Amino acid sequence: MRRRAINNEATHAGPSGSADLLVARNGVLRMAEQRQAVERPLSPHLQIYRLTITMAMSILHRIVGVALYAGTALAAWWLIATATGPEAYAAFRSVADHWFGQLVLFGFTWALLHHLFSGIRYLVWDEIVATSPKAADRISWAAAIAALAATVLVWAVICTMRGAI
Amino acid sequence: MSASKKDMRTPLGRVLAHGSAKSGTGDHIRQRITALAMVPLGLFFTGFAVSLVGADYETARAALGNPFIAVAALLFVVAAIMHMRIGMQIVIEDYVTGARLRSLALIGNFFFSYAVGLACLYAVAKIGFGG
Repeated sequence: MRRRAINNEATHAGPSGSADLLVARNGVLRMAEQRQAVERPLSPHLQIYRLTITMAMSILHRIVGVALYAGTALAAWWLIATATGPEAYAAFRSVADHWFGQLVLFGFTWALLHHLFSGIRYLVWDEIVATSPKAADRISWAAAIAALAATVLVWAVICTMRGAI
Repeated sequence: MSASKKDMRTPLGRVLAHGSAKSGTGDHIRQRITALAMVPLGLFFTGFAVSLVGADYETARAALGNPFIAVAALLFVVAAIMHMRIGMQIVIEDYVTGARLRSLALIGNFFFSYAVGLACLYAVAKIGFGG
């Protein structure tokens, strides 16, 4: 109904006035209606693009973030156990000192440090710094390597402490 | 886009009031401020956790009971919970489809974040106040 009204307007518009504008509006309206029937193209997804370091880091940032989300439950357990008493603390320790607990804690360390270093990139980019493709690649590699190096350093310290004890 | 032919509303009319809730900018800024806060806090508490490797109960309790450590821990917990609630909400909104499931996931996200957050805050406070 609305379309008919605009059609009438266009028909009745004088030659000197805004006929062009009305025709254009009518054209836009028609395009909008056609588009509903057309299958819209989907945007290309992960498997289409060549894997780049910024893309890999972006995906990893999310996955690691979700892992840390679950990991907060472990941190809460540690704090609650320490607040509760010696038995609760000992129960936490027995799980944390188990090889599987150690593996989880190693993963937790890397996840935290990776998310931290990777996250710094976003704060840097927010300041419109290092946004060129080359610079973005460089700080992405730097963040990934820094996180791995820091994780190794942390666990080297832990192993040294264990050796000393 | 499966509007029936009898629907006389225009495409614009159909989408009006279904767009932005106009409150996303707050979360965006909060996500960055908490991130900034957690750079030093995260590095500090990684070191702090390492210092407690193999520590017995009394040592761990005394370390966490230090007022400076306790306040830093409270800050870390508040920043982390805010940050992870927003982050998970974005992940859910990106991948979870279906109104019912999405609502449940978003509500669950709030429940988990607040439960874990308050548990941590309570524990740190209890240790700090020596209860």
